Amino acid sequence: MKKQFKTDKHSLIPKHLKLNEKEKQKILEQYNISLNGLPRIPKTDAAIVSLNAKPGDLIKIIRKSPTANESVFYRVVVNV
Amino acid sequence: MSIYNEYKTKLTPKIIEDIQDYLKDKKVNDAKLRKILDKVVEEYEQARVHAGESVGVIAAESIGEPGTQMTLNTFHFAGVAEMNVTLGLPRIIEILDGRKKIKTPMMEIYLKKPYSAGKNVKEIALSIKETKLEEISTEFSINLVESAITVALDKIKIKELRITLAQIVTVVSKQLKGFSVKASKDGSSIILKSRSQEESLNEVYKAKEKIKDTHITGVKGISQVLPVKREEEFVIITAGSNLTDILQLAEVDNFRTTTNDIFEIQEILGIEAARQAIVDEVFKVIENQGLNVDVRHIMLVADTMCVSGFTKGITRFGVVSEKASVLARASFETPIKHIISAALIGEVDKLDSVVENVMLNQPVPIGTGLPGLVTKIKKKEEK
Repeated sequence: MKKQFKTDKHSLIPKHLKLNEKEKQKILEQYNISLNGLPRIPKTDAAIVSLNAKPGDLIKIIRKSPTANESVFYRVVVNV
Repeated sequence: MSIYNEYKTKLTPKIIEDIQDYLKDKKVNDAKLRKILDKVVEEYEQARVHAGESVGVIAAESIGEPGTQMTLNTFHFAGVAEMNVTLGLPRIIEILDGRKKIKTPMMEIYLKKPYSAGKNVKEIALSIKETKLEEISTEFSINLVESAITVALDKIKIKELRITLAQIVTVVSKQLKGFSVKASKDGSSIILKSRSQEESLNEVYKAKEKIKDTHITGVKGISQVLPVKREEEFVIITAGSNLTDILQLAEVDNFRTTTNDIFEIQEILGIEAARQAIVDEVFKVIENQGLNVDVRHIMLVADTMCVSGFTKGITRFGVVSEKASVLARASFETPIKHIISAALIGEVDKLDSVVENVMLNQPVPIGTGLPGLVTKIKKKEEK
């Protein structure tokens, strides 16, 4: 069995949040984009296992950025 | 405070912080503050990358030009332990190509509070290092008559590693099925005897070679350890990398411990961590060489490598293979292969991007070529 490591506790991992349906639609509308135009994240990715995300969910990632302190990024969950 | 909140969507947190810092001990009323912030927003909008700017080409040039000045030195000795580190151009190529097997995997292991003070770093470092039977023994000899192997052990090394004879015996007997393993009476060696009476010499010899590689203690894959003092605390730098197992150890601070193996990070910490690691690693090399490249360029490259959810190198097997246009793919490497396979499956090129339009001598969608005109065409009324 593969050992699992608690991934929310590492300096390299930014905050990952799962958006609900309402927030998701708002983002898609704001950027005028469809789900398959967004960057992807595999369902099995270590950082989102605890979020219990399904394919099609939108993940909001709050990165630490050297130029803006904080920057927001979105990734859509996909099957591997 | 509330005025700043209004501008949260228009400015980045860092700029707002900077303004707050600057105006901390100056008296500014609300109207003036609004005026300042409006001006900042105006300047910020001006300074932003415009739509249609060819950021990719600019990033490529900005990283490529200093790259020509980088040393081609692959190896560099860091410290007394003569550890090799890939640096300079070879390392950059390694990262950006997305190589699965990197030349010199390394880890930086930070320790938790009581251990980081440096009292037992040497012992901890030694316990992490992978030790094989060969390293703790002085002699392997074969007794031909009894078809037995005698392994003479190095007592001092065993003491250093804090392992008992019994531990070695159990580990070795697990590794070798057909032999019975016993410690000698005085405890200076272990004796392996074949269970079947007529073991051929060849078999015994093979077994001898096999047990040399028996993993005794430590973390698999860590071939060298080097404790280093870094700003009031001790850090262990290792050659060889095994993030999964290291993070399980009790002494290790698993918040800061990292490796330079991007694929290992992606597997264990996820794609976002891998992106961050790419940025950090590339920037470290460039900085190390005394060159100056803006992080934004590196961030763009790292983002491109990670869009698909897996780290992909900038090669014809990686990000280039994901391009939608046949002509764009063909223009990179192995053109004939791409064009033939596209012809076979009847691929359509929508000519959305730059390269294919350059090939066809058409305006490219960059800068002023990007916007299209939208007008209502009215039919002229016939008189």
